[in-house]
Amino acid sequence: MLFNFATALVFLIFGGLFVLLNLGISRILQARNPHPVKISTYECGELPEGESWIQFNIRFYVVALVFLIFEVEIIFLFPWALVFKDLGLFAFVEMMIFVFILLVGLAYVWAKGDLDWDKPQSVPAPELSQSYEQKEVTETVDS
Amino acid sequence: MRELITTLANGQTFLANLPEVVLNIIFISLGAVVLTTVCAVLALVGVYMERKVSAHIQDRVGPMYVGGFHGWLQTAADALKLLLKEDIVPALADKKLHFFAPILVFGATLATFAVLPFGRHYVMSDMNIGILYILAISSLVVIGTILAGWASNNKWSLLGAMRSAAQVVSFEIPASLAILVIIMAVGSMNLGEIVNVQVGGIHKWLIWKFFPFNLLAFIIYFIATLAETNRAPFDLPEAESEIVAGFHTEYSGFKWAAFFLAEYANMFMVGVVGATLFLGGWSSPFGDFMNSGPFQIFWIFAKAFGLIFVQIWIRWTLPRVRVDQLMYTSWKVLTPFAFVAIIGVGFYMIL
Repeated sequence: MLFNFATALVFLIFGGLFVLLNLGISRILQARNPHPVKISTYECGELPEGESWIQFNIRFYVVALVFLIFEVEIIFLFPWALVFKDLGLFAFVEMMIFVFILLVGLAYVWAKGDLDWDKPQSVPAPELSQSYEQKEVTETVDS
Repeated sequence: MRELITTLANGQTFLANLPEVVLNIIFISLGAVVLTTVCAVLALVGVYMERKVSAHIQDRVGPMYVGGFHGWLQTAADALKLLLKEDIVPALADKKLHFFAPILVFGATLATFAVLPFGRHYVMSDMNIGILYILAISSLVVIGTILAGWASNNKWSLLGAMRSAAQVVSFEIPASLAILVIIMAVGSMNLGEIVNVQVGGIHKWLIWKFFPFNLLAFIIYFIATLAETNRAPFDLPEAESEIVAGFHTEYSGFKWAAFFLAEYANMFMVGVVGATLFLGGWSSPFGDFMNSGPFQIFWIFAKAFGLIFVQIWIRWTLPRVRVDQLMYTSWKVLTPFAFVAIIGVGFYMIL
């Protein structure tokens, strides 16, 4: 077993080494011509306004919390699923009660609206005034 | 793998004299080097396939010149070009984390390759918790993504990283639940054993068992992994029209290429896992016909690339979804249906 996990660790290290090796090759081959504008933060050509390390929307935390609860539940389900064949009806009913309690939690979050993200609101198009239309018509005639 | 080591060591006197630990390290390292190469080449093949398939879907021909036959060297030439590119690090970035993120992403992707079964004897690390290990280690990729977005100190990058984290986290739930269905049916988390119960032809594949619940689980798994690998129609973290390039906006040269390679290697990994769990893995669909040795590698690659083809097909067919639609799909459609699949399979097995 330890042998298997050692293999996995070696793979993780070799993946990192592969990138490092190629970055080294790239460092030798690449042209280096630094310029203050080149290494400024990209913001579509504008000068960056302030830092980007800012607070972000609370919804991300809510999703993370819900995820945490469900992931822990799934961790509990894994050993149950492994031996489910041998345990039979009793284990099934017991786990269904457990899953049901969590589904109630999901239903609660759903009803509270924490799973809804901001939807783009459709703004009714402003009505064109008579004069504007008139003006456009005259312009097209002129050109 | 262990048997291979001992047989090779017995045949060679100079190897047999070495202590076992050294032998193990040598052979694992050799395997790691081979699979790193395979992983990189597969990513290049995946990129070429994507370009060709997308071109033909859009009634174009795609790359045609580099390398002679249908531009087969195009992606290799692109990789070479990326090696020659200047590596630009923004002045305001957190330089250490900026450097570390692509290494972590590619390393975590490659670590999943250690347990993928390419054949009955072609597996580096035959863990008894294989599928749980894949779920765990593939979550490391998200950490790399967040590191990349945070370290760049760029608003687009941070937005992309946060989106990516929320998306991967949301779709992890239905994917894990779909995998749970298979574990219930087989009673093992070892990928080799999961394939062993499916050996013997197309009718023994787990996708047909407990109809229609396993089929439902497969569809849920496919959609969820589509989102986990940030593929269209769920490629919001890299939505060009909204947030430039998402978490890798500030990356260039080979660091960017590492993200790209990791994405395609992840697609392949997801394809192999999907094929292993539901489509018979390395076993032949025709029973004993063509089911020996090297043919097993052929079958797993054929199945995985079949799934990759469907992924590409979906990418070039469907438009990108909105963020609220993405969350709707994950929490309000896939998760309840995954629970339905689990309960359904439970009933099947009890009755």
